Amino acid sequence: MEKATRKTVARLTVSAVLMFVAVFTIMPPLYTLLCEVTGLRKVGGAYEAEEIKVDSERWVTVQFVATHNDSMPWDFRPMEFKVRVNPGQKKVIKYFARNNTDKPMVAQAVPSISPFSAVNYFHKIECFCFNHQPLAAGESAELGLEFVVDQDLPKQVSTITLSYTLFDITAQTQSEVAQLQ
Amino acid sequence: MAHGPAHGLTRWLYTTNHKDIGTMYLWFSFAMFFLGGIFALIIRAELFEPGLQIVEPNFFNQMTTMHGLVMVFGAVMPAFVGLANWMVPMMIGAPDMALPRMNNLSFWILPFAFAMLASTLFMEGGAPNFGWTFYAPLSTTYAPASVTFFIFAVHIMGASSIMGAINIIATILNMRAPGMTLMKMPLFVWTWLITAYLLIAVMPVLAGVVTMMLMDIHFGTSFFDAAGGGDPVLFQHVFWFFGHPEVYIMILPAFGVVSAIIPTFARKPLFGYSSMVYATASIAILSFMVWAHHMFTVGMPFIGEWVFMIATMAIAVPTGVKVFNWVTTMYKGAMTFETPMLFSIAFVILFTIGGFSGLMLAIAPADFQYHDTYFVVAHFHYVLVPGAIFSITAAVYYWLPKWCGRMYDETLGKTHFWLAFIGLNLTFFPMHFSGLAGMPRRIPDYNPLFANWNMLSSIGSFLFGAAQVLFLYIIIRAIVSGRKATDQVWEGAHGLEWTVPSPAPYHTFTTPPKVD
Amino acid sequence: MLGKSKRLLVLPLHAIMAACLPIAAWATEWPLNMTEGVTSVSREIHGLHMQIFWWCVAIGVVVFGVMFYTIFAHRKSRGVKPAHFHENVTLELIWTIIPILILVVMAVPATKTLVHIYDTDDADLDILVTGYQWKWKYEYLDENGENISFFSLLSTPASQIQNTEEKSEHYLLEVDEPMYIPVNKKVRFLVTAADVIHSWWVPQLGVKRDAIPGYIHEAWTRVEQPGIFRGQCTELCGKDHGFMPVVVHAVEQAEFDTWLEGKRAKAREIAEAAKQTLSFQELYSRGEAVYTKNCAACHLPDGKGVAGAFPAIAGSPIATGPVRDHINRVVNGGVGMPPFGEQLTPVELAAVVTYQRNAFGNNMGDQIQPIDVVNFKQGQ
Repeated sequence: MEKATRKTVARLTVSAVLMFVAVFTIMPPLYTLLCEVTGLRKVGGAYEAEEIKVDSERWVTVQFVATHNDSMPWDFRPMEFKVRVNPGQKKVIKYFARNNTDKPMVAQAVPSISPFSAVNYFHKIECFCFNHQPLAAGESAELGLEFVVDQDLPKQVSTITLSYTLFDITAQTQSEVAQLQ
Repeated sequence: MAHGPAHGLTRWLYTTNHKDIGTMYLWFSFAMFFLGGIFALIIRAELFEPGLQIVEPNFFNQMTTMHGLVMVFGAVMPAFVGLANWMVPMMIGAPDMALPRMNNLSFWILPFAFAMLASTLFMEGGAPNFGWTFYAPLSTTYAPASVTFFIFAVHIMGASSIMGAINIIATILNMRAPGMTLMKMPLFVWTWLITAYLLIAVMPVLAGVVTMMLMDIHFGTSFFDAAGGGDPVLFQHVFWFFGHPEVYIMILPAFGVVSAIIPTFARKPLFGYSSMVYATASIAILSFMVWAHHMFTVGMPFIGEWVFMIATMAIAVPTGVKVFNWVTTMYKGAMTFETPMLFSIAFVILFTIGGFSGLMLAIAPADFQYHDTYFVVAHFHYVLVPGAIFSITAAVYYWLPKWCGRMYDETLGKTHFWLAFIGLNLTFFPMHFSGLAGMPRRIPDYNPLFANWNMLSSIGSFLFGAAQVLFLYIIIRAIVSGRKATDQVWEGAHGLEWTVPSPAPYHTFTTPPKVD
Repeated sequence: MLGKSKRLLVLPLHAIMAACLPIAAWATEWPLNMTEGVTSVSREIHGLHMQIFWWCVAIGVVVFGVMFYTIFAHRKSRGVKPAHFHENVTLELIWTIIPILILVVMAVPATKTLVHIYDTDDADLDILVTGYQWKWKYEYLDENGENISFFSLLSTPASQIQNTEEKSEHYLLEVDEPMYIPVNKKVRFLVTAADVIHSWWVPQLGVKRDAIPGYIHEAWTRVEQPGIFRGQCTELCGKDHGFMPVVVHAVEQAEFDTWLEGKRAKAREIAEAAKQTLSFQELYSRGEAVYTKNCAACHLPDGKGVAGAFPAIAGSPIATGPVRDHINRVVNGGVGMPPFGEQLTPVELAAVVTYQRNAFGNNMGDQIQPIDVVNFKQGQ
């Protein structure tokens, strides 16, 4: 190969490698920064409740539902099924969970809210879904959720449904399981 | 010293000649067409009557999946690449493709990929059974072991397409004969130039989505698993961001073929050449903005649903412009109806019908009743079978005399056309009705309410399949003992490819021609 | 007696009616069109569908009309000389702008209907619909937590599917436990799934919503007349995707209340029955019936299973091993095996486990009482 061509190939190869390395190192922090700056989707974060005025003229119904994913054998159900709150009013409800098997297990509750227009106006201040839930064999727990409905909830929404799906993540979290034994 | 093609098997293994590689792509795609067709006939045999008679539901799901994969990635796409390889260099007066060795690699990895994919039928757990659209988590957590081989095969096919697309763009942009400006290129070259950009844009997205699947299945990630914070709907978004441009990848070259054939047999120039170029480019650009019309029922927020509905309806405009232009090309021409023209006219009519059902599907509220029913199956088979497949068939009849120097038998060709035309309409038109009546997709058994339409479809499918066996016979007979063709072949044909002898010499345009 | 002139009218009327009978039969055997359905949404959708359809017909008539004319008139064999025109900007503009206007006309009613479909608020009744492989679960949400939940499985017998028996009218569209809803009330469906993606569709209601595992989505309906409405799963979900239909009974409010109360009473009965002690014979014969209905499809009536897919019960290490593990497998499922803990009552579970341990040559001699199952479920 001609010397000039060799130089070009070498330059292109080095540039390509540097580009890939740059992507791997710079992109993740850049992505997080972009999310923070634009306020897009704070994934799984707790809501910092500031001083909010309670809108006592308006009532919103929040109902609670539980689903077991793929033969998850725990008992899992909301302890309150429907509450009426004012936007701005903080409320605490509990879900009941029990590990009915004879082995320690770890679960993850995944929340989902309907209708879509309410998603950005339902704030979880503290939620059991933020953490993994380890339970020993036969152990039960009352899992808490503290939430507040934003006053800017669109006018046409008067009922919000919050559903938790319980997943078995024992296999993926062996270290936590070990701590239970 | 005389310099012609090498002899023996190594000629084909090592060739860098665009004509040889085009030939290999075309024969490969024809073989895949029969393989995918056999899967389809198994499906239609089971659906001939209500009840389970022939196959188990799990095997049926493997058949629907493999039929889709083989037809999309093994038949339609390689056939168009084969046509591009043969015709693009000759149409622009170039001696070969820009990157001939990469061209060879692009082809030869395909038989390997499809052998691997077909072998999954014999693996424990069976072949992929989650639909050619392979939604997660059915294709991740709940998939048979063969899914890993499926992912590997998709990567290989994707690499082949990307390399082919790079080759096409480099060739068209760099190797046109002097005087051939972009707006003087035949429309087939334009449509392939635009298709190549689509391929480069979206095949990596497909590679991304199957890699995310691989990560979820084997490396503990949760891209599509809600347990780990992921979302099955993310799969659909990424897949269809590839998937929608993909269907335009499968039809744009068809538009190019038909735009070459109709002017020839109408003996009249293509009407509105620049509009045709702009319309094709508009379709390509819009194709990136409509992907979620495949997802109208997943529960998207209102504004998303509405925007995708409007954008999808908008694609009808440039597509309509193209149809009007083809009709106006025919108008006041002096037409003869040889086999390529028959297939091309049928393309215009039947593709338009497929376009109409597409417009109906675009209406999001109505789609709540059409989605995942046989109405959708009818739509996409109309745009793919009398659309893409008929254009490929037309192209073969049109250019075969240039490739091998011999004419096919015209009477047999017309017979093939009418059998295929009747067969496909008998197969797919009733699917509009069974879909509207409520029959879902991808089911091996159904309520007797749908029985009569299904029986018609099944009969039609075997007729269509038989017609393709006739096609194979016609081609072989032409190559072996057809009447010698002239260089011009067709009275009304224009373009650089008709200025070389029939059969085209192994090397053409080694000196570039002057184009005015 | 009818006067002479009126009798002349009756005859053609009878003839028309007689002619309609085969047409009516023809229409059901060769169904052509989407249903208008029984809700305002389904009727709006049908209207949109027909409107777009007629636009397409009109455009098709024009385009294909010109095509067929030109194929006939402009052929070389008629001696015509081809024209040379190949460009006309005005024409191109016209056939770009007119379609855009037509599309705008289509988009307006489509948008209105879309807005209507998205208005899920203010429902009278909420039902949680969960898709499973391969059945639906319906849970009626009650604000006091006295939810009624039950599974809805295909009830078409395997013999009909295997073609040894004639197919019923509602072949593949019938279930053991249909969903009941009151007419003229807004019912909200909260749709989710427990394994893979499914989709819940009832054509006559005009409702289709994908069931996504881990996520919940709303749909709603207001049925205007009583009736039985049938649909199917519309997202490929595995082997029996075609065998998990949806059946909705819309009834007057009073009948609905009675049905709901009946379901509550049944739930109380099942809880009571779980406390009883059954004889070995009762358990065995009950278990055989449960096995035939729920297990034989995969494990086969002779308990031999399908090699590589469904393990044999005959001589199975689980059916001949510790009782607790056997109960666990049936209640909670396992690799490839769906859980039956919620689907079968404690009596049925105890019976089928007893049957499996004693039939197929297993002869373990144990009997499992319903209370054993209840205790197991509570982690004891």
